[in-house]
Amino acid sequence: MKFTEEHEWLRVEDDLVVVGITEHAATQLGDIVFVELPDTDITVSKDDEVVVIESVKAASDILAPVDGEIVEVNEALTDNPGKVNEDAQGEGWFFKLKVEDLSVLDDMMSEAEYNTFIA
Amino acid sequence: MSDMPKRTPLYDLHVELGGKMVDFAGWEMPVQYPMGIMGEHKHCREKAALFDVSHMGQVILRGENVAEKLEALVPSALTALPAGKARYTFFTNENGGIMDDLIVSNAGDHLFVVVNASMRHQDIPHMTANLEGVEVTEIFDRALVAVQGPKAVDVVGALCPAAVEMKFMETIVADILGTECRISRLGYTGEDGYEISIPEDKADEISRAFLGHDDCEPAGLGARDSLRLEAGLCLYGNDIDNDTSPVEASLNWAIQKRRREDGGFPGDTRILKDFADGTGRKLVGIKPLGRAPARGGVEVQSEDGTTIGSITSGGFGPTVGGPVAMGYVTTANAVPGEKVNLIVRGKAQPAEIIKLPFVQQNYKR
Repeated sequence: MKFTEEHEWLRVEDDLVVVGITEHAATQLGDIVFVELPDTDITVSKDDEVVVIESVKAASDILAPVDGEIVEVNEALTDNPGKVNEDAQGEGWFFKLKVEDLSVLDDMMSEAEYNTFIA
Repeated sequence: MSDMPKRTPLYDLHVELGGKMVDFAGWEMPVQYPMGIMGEHKHCREKAALFDVSHMGQVILRGENVAEKLEALVPSALTALPAGKARYTFFTNENGGIMDDLIVSNAGDHLFVVVNASMRHQDIPHMTANLEGVEVTEIFDRALVAVQGPKAVDVVGALCPAAVEMKFMETIVADILGTECRISRLGYTGEDGYEISIPEDKADEISRAFLGHDDCEPAGLGARDSLRLEAGLCLYGNDIDNDTSPVEASLNWAIQKRRREDGGFPGDTRILKDFADGTGRKLVGIKPLGRAPARGGVEVQSEDGTTIGSITSGGFGPTVGGPVAMGYVTTANAVPGEKVNLIVRGKAQPAEIIKLPFVQQNYKR
């Protein structure tokens, strides 16, 4: 699993990149009450705002961590946004990206590096 | 050092309880504790929650005919307010807008006034300059603690039996753990409860004693905001401000009959005219019908796409279990059941005008 400074995690699964937010980010945001997911089959560029999540406190944007095509979104979050708090790095994933070259992940932080980043 | 946020007498307790501290109106206050806003909100509605509201301004007004003099600054009737009773009111400006809202208590030989933290710097000089022959004393050595919720009577009553028989908007001075405190049965959550003014050196001990009750948990500013929003209570600076008249804000109930007839307060010409002729816009409850919260500043449109107003407070209501909002719309559209659209991130989200509050107020009448 790889991590970004935007507090996202990326995991390669069947050649697709699964994206979510870290447990640390979910804890900081507090109770998440709404998730607005993007359409599928759209092409996004790194840093495009693709997901909006709202906690009781405020709205936050989730950015595309890399260029790619959104091929699947986690529809379960629409009815159960609290999943992001319950299992941020598992069941609480947001979308799956098809990317041209998976090596773009190589330079991202490892879990240990991310833990140092947030410490 | 003057721009460092100030700390209340309960600062150490907040940190010890894991409070997430933020700068609010120049005060370092807990926005939430580890339970989280949702949990704290529900705990307050179901049991009891303790809030530190020491950042609010506590003021003593003393002098001959002080109630009559204060009536020159506010549109509520105060001269007939009996000793031991409190009343909600607001300072109005010459245009009939609201300068701040406040609670005035008749404490017998003086008035006890509580104003918003963010407006202390305005309100104290305003009273000092305009209340001739009145001694205006801002209190710096007392904490203010709110215990709110259906079990607040048990939490406070366990340490102060005299509080149990009090009714909504009554105020007394009574002993808690050997210290004289001012106890008022009121609050800003829509629930039964108390606000208690405590000498600063006893605030920590008494607050810990309240929290020692099985039904009482600490709650922060986040829950305070979602609770007051569900209860349909205005937040100064969001829902009411210098440009909103009390009649637009549907605060007519706070302006008693004699004041509506005689005026004699700043902006009375505009406000009495608003009573007689009505206003172009009204503050209403707005229920988003989907899941997306609509926050302050969101545009409200009629179903045909005409802009009819905007949201002033909005978010997620934990007790409602969905988004809740309030805001101003043109009076013609300010009808419960009216369907409107909220423009959230460029998309029209369906919503409905409702009669406030979202959650029934639960006061001890």
